Amino acid sequence: MESVLGRYRNLTILVGILFLQVLGLAVQVKRSAENESTRLIRIWAVNAVTPFEKGIVWAQHGSSNLWHNYFYLRGVRQENRDLKQKIQQMEIERVRLSEDANQAHRLQALLAFKEQFIAKTVAAQVIGSSGSEQSRSVYIDKGTNVGLRPDMAVITGDGVVGKTLRVFQSSSQVLLLNDQTSGVGAILEKSRLQGVLRGTPSGEIVLEKVMSDETVQPGEKVLTSGGDQIFPKGLPVGTVTKVSPGSELFLNIRVQPAADLSRLEEVLVITQQEEKEPLASDSAPLRAADILAERLPTVPPKPATDAGKPTAAASAATTGAKPANGIPTQAQVTKPAGQNPSKVLSTAAPKSNAPGGTQKPASTPGKTADATPSATPAPQPEEPSTQPPAAQDTPH
Amino acid sequence: MPITYTSKEQVEVYRFSPVAAILIPLVALFLQAFIPLRLHFFSILDLPLLVVIFFAVARRSQVSGMLTGAAIGLLQDSLTHQPIGIYGLANTAVGYFASSLGVKIDVENAGSRFLVTLFFYGVHEVVYFAVARGLVGLTLQWSWPHELGSALANAIVAVPLFVLLDKFKQRA
Repeated sequence: MESVLGRYRNLTILVGILFLQVLGLAVQVKRSAENESTRLIRIWAVNAVTPFEKGIVWAQHGSSNLWHNYFYLRGVRQENRDLKQKIQQMEIERVRLSEDANQAHRLQALLAFKEQFIAKTVAAQVIGSSGSEQSRSVYIDKGTNVGLRPDMAVITGDGVVGKTLRVFQSSSQVLLLNDQTSGVGAILEKSRLQGVLRGTPSGEIVLEKVMSDETVQPGEKVLTSGGDQIFPKGLPVGTVTKVSPGSELFLNIRVQPAADLSRLEEVLVITQQEEKEPLASDSAPLRAADILAERLPTVPPKPATDAGKPTAAASAATTGAKPANGIPTQAQVTKPAGQNPSKVLSTAAPKSNAPGGTQKPASTPGKTADATPSATPAPQPEEPSTQPPAAQDTPH
Repeated sequence: MPITYTSKEQVEVYRFSPVAAILIPLVALFLQAFIPLRLHFFSILDLPLLVVIFFAVARRSQVSGMLTGAAIGLLQDSLTHQPIGIYGLANTAVGYFASSLGVKIDVENAGSRFLVTLFFYGVHEVVYFAVARGLVGLTLQWSWPHELGSALANAIVAVPLFVLLDKFKQRA
């Protein structure tokens, strides 16, 4: 053994150094499962041990099942009946609890509905990069000394740049938008389709999780959706440059970032966000009619018109215009009870130009107000205020 | 047994002063991190790798070659946001095999330096991709035009760079 090691000393040292570095990587690397991530070394250790444990347990259960399911079945029938009854009761309880849970989720969503606004930012200078094409990150000259923390949004005046990844005393590492490990919740400005922005190994940005039956046009702006709880909603991210069918059921949407990620000099780090509920007056847009109503002089309200009655304006115009011969004008003729309004109106000239209203011509011409027991033959004033009424009835 | 900068075999080997052995890799790392901010195309070069190759072929010692590669690679990893060890593994392998080759062939002239750099850049990329994809789980795309272009660029830059670094060599 020693002679072998001595003969291949350098190779042994190489293997040793490589093994140590692989071990170091296994300690750092985490593989993501559904809701958590686990270190690679733990996965290796578990994968090395669990097959033996599974084998032993399988043998144990197998022998136990063989005894209970084939050789020892006493009381199984009664137990089966009891269990079925219990299942029915639990099913009813489950339905009730499910409804309660759904209601709780709805109420929780209503209570949690708030909008986020940028409250405070810190300006920083970009001082370095990672030096690697596989790691798209930069370093800025601000750190915990000014209150920076990991997972803070980093932006420029043009748009989103990335987020803080690691924060040191007086510097921070910022993961850029176009790195393949970055992810930003995004929404399309016009179509309001939501997706996830990711970087590619070549340094481009794609919008994922948009169904292939949706319509997305090149040139459409992409904004942050706020769903990742890091970037406030509504920040510009980029513009769609190319849309093509992608893998599975989603579109392949290329996005040109709004900020120039290859020439960053100064950035802003969002250190504080405010949450407030949107006010009804803030969210509801003002109608143009409301704006005009505020600016223009008050328009008098439209008088209410009742069928059969002369309009208020017409009556106001004829007030005091009682003809000299005593024959009442059309306006002065009151509507008798039960009288067909159309008959009353038929004697009135349809050309009345009394302000505020016109009189409807009746459908039955020639009828006068003779039906009115006490009414005199209805006059026909064209202009009630100027023309004396005619005593005879005049067919129309 | 202390690690020396000389090989046991009677070939032309060189040593470097401790200051040069430490400062040259640090300067290479600094330039690699800073210059791409101003010249975006500079990211295609890998100055730390060139320094590893230079030290390995100059010292002609497999142990010092792999240790130098490991140290520079781990420092290079620490600047990225990826797990520490990817560049470390790749540069360790390059340091070992470059020093092994340096014992066998003459690497003092420009032509051999160009070819050696071209070859070991390829080795470095293969090891890096294998570790990043297989172990770390990164989604990397191998692009032949990009890799060949990068290898050529690094090989071209290596020739004058090695001439510049020759000034720091001390005959053992």
